[in-house]
Amino acid sequence: MTKSELIEKLAQKQTQLTYKDVEFAVKTLTEQMAQTLASGERIEIRGFGSFSLHYRPPRIGRNPKTGDAVSLSGKYVPHFKPGKELRERVNGSDS
Amino acid sequence: MALTKAEMAEKLFEELGLNKREAKDFVEAFFEEVRVALEAGEQVKLSGFGNFNLRSKKERPGRNPKTGEEIPITARRVVTFHPGQKLKARVEAYAGSGE
Repeated sequence: MTKSELIEKLAQKQTQLTYKDVEFAVKTLTEQMAQTLASGERIEIRGFGSFSLHYRPPRIGRNPKTGDAVSLSGKYVPHFKPGKELRERVNGSDS
Repeated sequence: MALTKAEMAEKLFEELGLNKREAKDFVEAFFEEVRVALEAGEQVKLSGFGNFNLRSKKERPGRNPKTGEEIPITARRVVTFHPGQKLKARVEAYAGSGE
């Protein structure tokens, strides 16, 4: 399912909203989520999961073309931990 | 302070003028559609954010950390998240800002 298919599905169900509204709402939410992580903050959605940043320490990498060593500085990468409800539903074990 | 559904609903109220009830329902429906797709075994791709994929894990040996007793970890299907290029770049830029 892509973002536009998600918009499509929500538009069919949220009949009080226009397609344009749903499209804007989905874009607003995904941008807010991305912006939150970009500012170093966590996201916690009960029943879905949480997003946080994991630190990757500085390391010496290599240019795969030339073999030259390049020093890479430390960085943060987004991490997702699925919540209980999502874990159970995806595994077909909700009982 | 972490971002929660309440703040996301607040944002929809501010940006779209949805009333509080509609905004709350919309945020709930947004995550529910993603769960439904994943539950049905479908990958979810949110451009500008990232992809949610499914992986099937085989049974593997495990241990009860409390008792040390060996118990198998049953085969299961799990969700993995892969941030998109754009999100990765934005998050990395944060590391460059000092903290």
